[in-house]
Amino acid sequence: MTDPVLALHDLRLAFKGFTGTTEVLHGLSLSIDRGERVALVGESGSGKSVTARIVLGLIQEMRGAKVSGRLRFQGQDLDRLPKRARHGLRGTAMSMIFQDPTSSLNPAYRIGTQFREVLARGTPGITAEAATARATALLDEVAIPQPDRVLAAYPFQLSGGMNQRVMIAMALANEPALLIADEPGTALDVTVQAQTLRLMRRVVEQHGTAVLFISHNLGVVREFADRTYVIYRGRIVEHGPTEAVFHTPGHPYTRALMAAQPRITGGGVPEIAERDAQYGDPMVVHPTGAAAGAGA
Amino acid sequence: MTAPLLALQNLSKTFRSHGHAVHAVQDVSIDVAAGECLAIVGESGSGKSTLANMVLGILAPSAGEIRYDGQALPARRTLAHRRALQLVQQNPLSALNPKRSIGASLRLAFDVHRIGDRAGRTARVGALLEDVGLPADFAQRPPAALSGGQRQRVAIARALACDSRLLVLDEPTSALDVLVQSRILRLLADLRAEHGLTYLFISHDLAVVRNIADRVAVFEKGRMVELAPTDRLFTAPEHPYTRRLISAVPVITEDEITMRDQLAHGAA
Ligand SMILES: Nc1ncnc2c1ncn2[C@@H]1O[C@H](COP(=O)(O)OP(=O)(O)O)[C@@H](O)[C@H]1O
Ligand SMILES: Nc1ncnc2c1ncn2[C@@H]1O[C@H](COP(=O)(O)OP(=O)(O)O)[C@@H](O)[C@H]1O
Ligand SMILES: [Mg+2]
Ligand SMILES: [Mg+2]
Repeated sequence: MTDPVLALHDLRLAFKGFTGTTEVLHGLSLSIDRGERVALVGESGSGKSVTARIVLGLIQEMRGAKVSGRLRFQGQDLDRLPKRARHGLRGTAMSMIFQDPTSSLNPAYRIGTQFREVLARGTPGITAEAATARATALLDEVAIPQPDRVLAAYPFQLSGGMNQRVMIAMALANEPALLIADEPGTALDVTVQAQTLRLMRRVVEQHGTAVLFISHNLGVVREFADRTYVIYRGRIVEHGPTEAVFHTPGHPYTRALMAAQPRITGGGVPEIAERDAQYGDPMVVHPTGAAAGAGA
Repeated sequence: MTAPLLALQNLSKTFRSHGHAVHAVQDVSIDVAAGECLAIVGESGSGKSTLANMVLGILAPSAGEIRYDGQALPARRTLAHRRALQLVQQNPLSALNPKRSIGASLRLAFDVHRIGDRAGRTARVGALLEDVGLPADFAQRPPAALSGGQRQRVAIARALACDSRLLVLDEPTSALDVLVQSRILRLLADLRAEHGLTYLFISHDLAVVRNIADRVAVFEKGRMVELAPTDRLFTAPEHPYTRRLISAVPVITEDEITMRDQLAHGAA
């Protein structure tokens, strides 16, 4: 059996501030297999983005942040990796897409220039011609018409949806084993968001990229992920195949989230408690295909 | 049908920017009945906020008329009109002075609109907070000490402070988590019933609108492309853009998927 692409074990995070220490993650465990799309879903402030930033090694560099637990990436212990090797993973073996595509691209440089920089991380010394050829092919994959014009453009000259596609293409440029997408498309209109997610799903499938997909939106998660982890205040409260979690949610918090989600079929919106002692109930785990003995 | 509380008649707004014209709202006519919740939906840039600002008197229409309670609204609103038509925004923090306590912000609304006497105003602040489901002693707190949902309750309280009749709600729950949203939507529904309020409910979230509005107006690039009772809009949308919008909503139940697929096939 191969190692998972990513395995987090008993991850804990605390921030030291003026008023004392705030614990943000309380022993979070999560794993992602090769080519698997895994969602981390929960309300704002629950610890989704910090989890992503720990995987990228960004939180560990912050003063006042205390991280513990085990982080394994493709069978390597990330914390044992020398700093340079660790840095070298970013943008190559693992890459990230943020919520707001327009502001996460550098406004001062043309798309083509930024693309070449990304490609150079994976292939140092790549020639301008080779970079352009590769970027063109990637933009084509994310259904961008006239890639040459997009490469010559600045981010502000493109729509939000276009920039989001550019980000997806760049994130896949060095064939990462893991893509982390933190609330992708949240800043976009619904029709554009729906298109973008379909497209992202298709390209990660083609490239066999594993994805950690972070969202607060249950509907988006249901459409994108193979497996889902529900996070509540720094703890995973439920996880399993997306189908199972949505079809038979077992944890009171997951049930509350689902009940509170307005339906396009109507029926009104029930009033759901923001806080409830039951939301602290033990974790609910749905068996996966492999754990159920079907393992392929 | 009785006379509408609010009537938009052939309303247009054109902005001039860098020498060319932006038709933000084009020839929109809608009657809103007293007590009704009318939703305005559309993607960003479709003209929703421009329409809201014209209703509130913040922007003057380029053409057309807004009638309230049977009378044309003047460009400069009277105090009575400013009291009657109130705004609740998406991000309530930007609407609250961070240096003022919640109570002081609410009392200011009474002062501006000259409601009650000085002594009575403090008591009214407490009553108002309780109306929106907050304890009266929240009056002493600064806005920063409140959660997103609590701030939105304060913003709603302020809009209600001067016995307003029509609330323009511009994406009132878009910044909130889904559990908090469910409680604010319930509060809004209860307040509407209790106070006989009329809502202009602006949203890009069709699932929310489905569950709160009586009628829905769909905007695309400044034009109203469909206006229908909520049930009909979702079960038998007529305009292709409406169908596209509904089909793009991320959903979670089998029933919703079935409904969406049927719409998608109808569109083909
Ligand atoms: N740099 C920081 N210093 C202190 N607290 C932080 C910092 N970054 C995040 N937090 C806190 O950690 C918690 C989780 O944040 P985050 O991961 O951003 O949540 P989300 O699930 O919305 O992405 C929040 O309570 C947030 O306030
Ligand atoms: N003050 C302004 N000057 C120029 N154009 C504007 C101004 N306000 C809005 N617009 C334009 O009018 C259109 C409608 O905007 P808006 O009403 O804010 O849409 P929505 O609220 O539906 O996102 C957009 O194209 C927007 O760029
Ligand atoms: Mg986040
Ligand atoms: Mg707007």
